[in-house]
Amino acid sequence: MKFLFSSLFVIAVLPLHAAGDLSKPIEALRAVQKEGLGNEAAAKAWQEIVKEDAANLPEVLKGMNGANPLAENWLRAAVGVIADEALRGKKLPVEALVAFLKDTKNSPGARVVVFDLIHRADAKLAEDLTPTLLEDPSSDLRRHPVAKLIEAGNAALEKMDKDAAVVAFGKGLGGARDEDQIKELAKKLRELGQKVDLPKHFGFLMSWNLIAAFSNADRSGFDTVYPPEKELKFDASYEGKVKPAKWAEFTSTDEYGKIDFNKPFGMEKSVVGYAATDFFSTEDRAAEIRIGCKNGWKVWLNGELLFARDEYHRGAKLDQYKLPCQLKKGKNTLLVKCCQNEQTEQWTTEWEFQLRVCDATGTAILAAK
Amino acid sequence: MKTISMCVLMCLAAGVVKADWLQFRGPYAAAVSTEAKVPAAEVKIAWTTDLPGRGLSAPIVVGDKVFVTCSSGPGQETLHVFCFNAADGSKRWERAMRSTGRTMTHPKTSVAAPTPCSDGERVFALYSSNDLFAFDLEGNLLWLRGLTFDYANASNSLGMSQSPVVVDGTLVVQSENDSESFAAGLDVATGRNKWKMDRPKAANWSSPTVWKGAVALQSSKGILAVEAVTGKTVWDYTDGASTIPSSVVMGEALYAVSHGITALAPEKGSVTQIWRNEKLNPGTASPLVLGEYIYVVNGAGVVIKASLKNGDELWKLRLKGPFSGSPVAAGKHIYAVNERGIFQVIDPEAPEGKVTQEIELKETVLTTPAISGGAIYVRSDAKLWKLQ
Repeated sequence: MKFLFSSLFVIAVLPLHAAGDLSKPIEALRAVQKEGLGNEAAAKAWQEIVKEDAANLPEVLKGMNGANPLAENWLRAAVGVIADEALRGKKLPVEALVAFLKDTKNSPGARVVVFDLIHRADAKLAEDLTPTLLEDPSSDLRRHPVAKLIEAGNAALEKMDKDAAVVAFGKGLGGARDEDQIKELAKKLRELGQKVDLPKHFGFLMSWNLIAAFSNADRSGFDTVYPPEKELKFDASYEGKVKPAKWAEFTSTDEYGKIDFNKPFGMEKSVVGYAATDFFSTEDRAAEIRIGCKNGWKVWLNGELLFARDEYHRGAKLDQYKLPCQLKKGKNTLLVKCCQNEQTEQWTTEWEFQLRVCDATGTAILAAK
Repeated sequence: MKTISMCVLMCLAAGVVKADWLQFRGPYAAAVSTEAKVPAAEVKIAWTTDLPGRGLSAPIVVGDKVFVTCSSGPGQETLHVFCFNAADGSKRWERAMRSTGRTMTHPKTSVAAPTPCSDGERVFALYSSNDLFAFDLEGNLLWLRGLTFDYANASNSLGMSQSPVVVDGTLVVQSENDSESFAAGLDVATGRNKWKMDRPKAANWSSPTVWKGAVALQSSKGILAVEAVTGKTVWDYTDGASTIPSSVVMGEALYAVSHGITALAPEKGSVTQIWRNEKLNPGTASPLVLGEYIYVVNGAGVVIKASLKNGDELWKLRLKGPFSGSPVAAGKHIYAVNERGIFQVIDPEAPEGKVTQEIELKETVLTTPAISGGAIYVRSDAKLWKLQ
C-alpha cells in the first residue's frame, strides 16, 4: 500500500516531460485553438517551459514553426521570460540564435524574435547580420537592411554622389516590402530621374471587367446573389438599380491600383458593382490576395468565396485584408463584389478597391501573361 | 445601485487604504478615487519613465504595481504589457506579444486603446486588434485569446477602444463594430467563453459601467445591463446612447450619455427616467460625478457643473482643451489632461469653478489618468508620469 501511495506521489509530482524533453509542453502550447481551447493545459506547460535553461531557447523557438498565431504568442511569451533571465546573467546562447536566424526554414515570427534578442545581447553583431536580411522571407526583418540602404543613399546624396545614391535606393526598393519604405524609396529614385513601376512592384491587378449598378438598398445587396455571382458573361446585360447593368473593360491608371467604380458608372449610392479578371499563374502555389477597400466587399477565387466584409467607410489602406489562397497553374478567375452604401457625407464617395497577388512576404507574384 | 453607492460611501467614510485603480475610470468606472489618501493640493511630478510604444489606454494600479499597455512597430503589431513599481517607476517586468487581429486604426488612436483591467490577482490586457492576454501580477501568462482570430469579422478599421471590466469571476469584453459585433463574458481563470451575445452592428468606442454586479453595455441603441456571469438581461434602456463617451454610475442613478445626460433609475427590469438635460453634452470625455454634482466636459473644452437632483446647470468653466481623455477626481479636486499635455487641477467647489494648478507635460496626451495612493498616473505615447 505504501508503495502504491509512493508511486502515486511520484506520478503526481512528475512534470509533463522528462528532464530536458520539452516536446510535450511545447506541444501543449501548439495545441491551443480558437475560443480559448487548450488554454488550461497551455498555462501549465508554459510554467514548465519558462523554468528551462536558456540553452533550450532554440528548441522553444522551433516550436513556433508551423504553429498557429495563438500558439506563437504562448511560445513568444515563454521565450521572452527565458531570454530576459539569460540576458541578465549574460547567458544568452547567441551563437545558437544566430544559427537559428540564418536558417530561413524557421518561422519568420520566431526569427524576428531571435533578431531582437541578438540585438539586445550584441548590437554590433546584429548590425553585421543586417545586410544578409535584404531578401529575407520575413518582411519585418527586411526593414532593417532597407533602412540601412536608405541611410546609405542619403549619405551618398550629401556627398553629391548621385550614382551611389541610385544604387543604394534601387537596392533598397528591391528588398522593401512595407509601404512606408517603398514610398520613400520611390520618391527618392524619381527625384534622381529613375523610373519606378509601383504597380509591378506591388503586384496590383490593373485590368478588370466591371459591371454595375445593382441595388444595395438598405444594404441588402451585400447578401443578394446577383447574376455575376452565377455566371461571368461579359456580353450579357442584367436588370440594374435604375438602368440595365452591363460589363465594361477598365484599366486603372492609379499607381496604387485603385479600381474606381465611380469612373465608369458615376457617383452612385446604395449600389453594388462587380469586378472580374483572370490571373495566370506559372505554377500551382500558395499565395495571398491582399485587398484594400472601404466599401462592403466579397472576393471569390475560382468560384470559392475567400472572405466577405460588410464594413463601410471606416478607412482603407494597402494590404488591409490578407487572404491566404491557393493558385492553380494557368488561369485563375477573380471576382470582387464592391458595395456602396447610402451615406452622403463627402468622405463616403469612394466606391473602389485595390487588389494585389503576392506571397506571404508581400513579394508580388506576377502574372504569366 | 444602493449597494454600489453604499460601498463607495463606506469606502470613503472608512478611509479605505487599498491603493487600487483596477480599470478604465477606476472603481465602478466612476472616475472617482475611493481612497482616503488623496493627492496633495499642489502636485508635482514624482517620476517619469519612458514607454516604447503608443497607447490611449489608461494606466491601472494594483497595490504597488502600475500596469500600462503599448503598441509598437511599423504596423503596431507588437503588443506590450508593462508592470512598473509605483514607488519609483522602475520596471518590474515586460511582455511583448504579437497581434493576431487587424491593427489598422485612425492615425489619432492606436492599437493599445482599451484600458486593461484587473481583479486584483490577474491583469487582463485587451487591444484594438482584439488580442487579449491574462497575466498574473508577476507576469506569468495565464491565458490568451485572439478574438478576431476567433471571429474573423470582429474589427473596426478606425480602431476599437472599448475597455473590459471584471465582475464576479467574469471578464466582460465588448467588440462592437459595423460587422461581427459582439459582447462576451469570459472565465477569468481560463479565458473560455461563459456567454457571448450579438450586439448592434455599429461602431462603438464606449466602455461599460458596473451596476449592482451587472454590467451596463452602452451602444447607439441604448444601454443593456446584463448579469456578468450569465449575460442575461437585467434591464434594457432603448432610447439611444453615445458611442464615444461612457456613462457613469453613482448614488441611486446611472447618468447615461444619452440625449445629453439622462439620469436613469433602473429597477427590477424596468428603467425610469429621473431627468434629462440635452445641454449637458459631453465631447469625447466621459462625465464624472463628485458629491452631489455631475461634471461634463463638452467638445469645446468647457466643464459644466450640474445638479445630480435635476440636471440643472450651476456654472461653466472653460478649460484648456481639447480633451480626448476623461477627467478623474479624488477628494475635492478634479484632474484633467488635455491633448496638448496640459495637466489641469480644478477646484469644483469654488463659486464658478477654478483651475488651481497647471503642469505642462510637453507631450500629446489622449488618455485618462489613474489615481492611487495619493498619486495621479498619466501616460502618453512615450512616457508615464506619476504626479503627487
